Amino acid sequence: MTAALRFDPIRLPEKCQQLRKEVRAFLAEEIAAGTFSPFKVNREDTDVPAFSRKVGERGWIGMTWPKKYGGHERSFLERYVVTEEMRVANAPTRRFFVADRQSGPVLLKYAPEHIKQDILPRICKGELCFAIGMSEPNSGSDLFAAKTRATKTDGGYLVNGTKIWTSSAHIADYMIAIFRTSPPTKENRRHGLTQFLVKMKQPGIQVNPIGQITGQFEFNEVVFTDYFVPDDHVLGEVDGAWKQATSELAYERSGPERFLETYYVLTELVRAVGDKPDTRAAEGIGRLVAQVHTMRRMSVSVAGMLQAGKEPVVEASIVKDIGTVWEQQLPHRVRDLAAFVEEEAGNRETLEKQLSFAIKTAPKLTIQGGTTEVLRGIIARGLGLR
Amino acid sequence: MLVRGVAFPHHALQERTKFKTGNAVSESENIVVETAEKIFTDLADAQEINRDKKGEWKAPLWQALTEAGLPLSWVAEEYGGSGASLAEGFGVLGAAGRHAIAVPLAETMLAGWLLAQAKISSPESEMTVAPASPKDRLTLNADGTISGRARGVPFAKAAKHIAVLASGANGVSIALVDAKSVRIEPGLTLANDNSDTVIFDKVSPSVTKPASKGFDQTALMLMGGVIRSLQIAGALESMLDISVRYSNERVAFEKKISKFQAVQHNLARLAGESAAALAAATSAADTLANAKSFNDDAVFLEAVAAKIRCSEAAEKGGGIAHQVHGAIGFTIEHILHRYSLRALSWRDDFGSESYWAVELGKRVAARGADELWPLVASR
Repeated sequence: MTAALRFDPIRLPEKCQQLRKEVRAFLAEEIAAGTFSPFKVNREDTDVPAFSRKVGERGWIGMTWPKKYGGHERSFLERYVVTEEMRVANAPTRRFFVADRQSGPVLLKYAPEHIKQDILPRICKGELCFAIGMSEPNSGSDLFAAKTRATKTDGGYLVNGTKIWTSSAHIADYMIAIFRTSPPTKENRRHGLTQFLVKMKQPGIQVNPIGQITGQFEFNEVVFTDYFVPDDHVLGEVDGAWKQATSELAYERSGPERFLETYYVLTELVRAVGDKPDTRAAEGIGRLVAQVHTMRRMSVSVAGMLQAGKEPVVEASIVKDIGTVWEQQLPHRVRDLAAFVEEEAGNRETLEKQLSFAIKTAPKLTIQGGTTEVLRGIIARGLGLR
Repeated sequence: MLVRGVAFPHHALQERTKFKTGNAVSESENIVVETAEKIFTDLADAQEINRDKKGEWKAPLWQALTEAGLPLSWVAEEYGGSGASLAEGFGVLGAAGRHAIAVPLAETMLAGWLLAQAKISSPESEMTVAPASPKDRLTLNADGTISGRARGVPFAKAAKHIAVLASGANGVSIALVDAKSVRIEPGLTLANDNSDTVIFDKVSPSVTKPASKGFDQTALMLMGGVIRSLQIAGALESMLDISVRYSNERVAFEKKISKFQAVQHNLARLAGESAAALAAATSAADTLANAKSFNDDAVFLEAVAAKIRCSEAAEKGGGIAHQVHGAIGFTIEHILHRYSLRALSWRDDFGSESYWAVELGKRVAARGADELWPLVASR
């Protein structure tokens, strides 16, 4: 066979389902206390520091990390359960989610010991927000075209240039960014980029908000002008960032957030059609539920394989490709099915508001964190086509 | 059952039953599946079958499968079978899908399994199952005869016996019926395999026994649906494989077509459909292999979601495989149709995807909006 794709039928162990109950109870308390509403999806208050600290107190940030850095040494499947319950409840996870999923693991692998000691425990407490500085005005998917320079100076580097589409940069305490430290070589155009830990809210960094079509201001332009980064903030090999970026991507690409972003409209559709749907609504809902079930089985399977020490890179890319395409189509399918919902359906207004937001959110889902085109290129390489 | 020729597995299957836990199971699963794979590779080569206009490949293939004890995998030894586990049998069916096997292996396995639900011994011959659609009902009359019409019964014409599920005054019964005693109106699937209407006109079964408690037609349809899901997923794996290989051979505009980004992205989408089908089908099979009862919403979701998703994948994935192959894939000489048309046909058996989508949608609606996520996240 060309490509033996594997999706082991992974089941969540009993302790995960126990944890799920705890997470649900916690979220129910927070909803009751008015911290957030699961129905109001277009919120301005995506950054809720008090909520982050409470999640940290529960031990649900940095769950898989070593205890000596404030982590909890729990399994990826346990983290999976927390992530999916937060997502389905529309909990305000923006402040800690990127650090928990991506930035923390990068620091664990590449940061010097004193930095790990300093920063990781604070991430686990829900105190720190991270951004990811990858895209630039003329380099998005083509990551290795990045031009923002980090020039060697005494004790560190001076950074000049601009990052763009940087989610959460306006609230972030740190950014993990790639900067150009050397020109690319003829043999390897990916050579010359270095990964850095960047402390935000410092002189030399200006964050300019960028409005999105949803009406939110989640991403930003970040301008660096002679911004100083000390030597000990280099993460990994100088000029060798390209070697560091691949295996972690499986974690980033295959989580529940890659197919549940617009899930709320399905819940509200089921509420709107009531307990005796007509054939059309029943078939539509059945097909959508079959999809979300399949996506979840694929995603849990990848989480289980990661937990078992495998590197299902192609499988993870497939999960993100079909998961994001699905969550992008979902609000449009729900709109079709909702067209005949009774006028008096109690949640009609909620559903319509959610649909309007989800339809406006949809275009970004197949762009953020690796476009569909990039993912299909990775899958094609895995199939032996490149 | 004697062990002759290629295969071995009968006594290996017996060995296996002693090791129900730990790694032994997965290892022996591999032995059973590897045996099936070897038989399929040796005796069901798609190219050779495609060239054989007289169907001479069928008898040796069936004989080897029988000698290996595979058609009665799911029948305990005391009822005439080889007593493999459900998981092992599901593994065989995935392999059968990868080879687009067109003898009644899946049907005989399902028939043997159905008869075992009422502790009825299986004859050693080709069998099939009726009804094969959730819309058809067969009636067990007060005099012990069976009446009714079952449409789209796979391989009914080739079967020597039919395992029947019929409802009577005392609930659900399972019966073994001699195929000579029914009337058959032959039909063909998209792939030209037999799929026939079977008419039971006060037919006297050889044996009738009540089904075990809680077993009903839905359970039979879910099991049949998961079998078809595994076969579709297997066929898609092969369609992906032969499409990738073809794209790496075929040259157009002075380069291999695999180097065109449009073709690469189509094949990536085919991989996605294949992956979704595989994940849904293997998860459903694993669920049935470990289920205590079919009467459980989580089991129902696993089984019908697999049938729905695999059927959708058969359409989307098969379409891409044909697109990549161009005109050659549309010819009778090329093997692609063996997989693509069978995958499309399998959608119809034991309830189509639209039928199950309606049933699933009704069940989800009846549970209510706030019970949807707990159902999806229950395992």
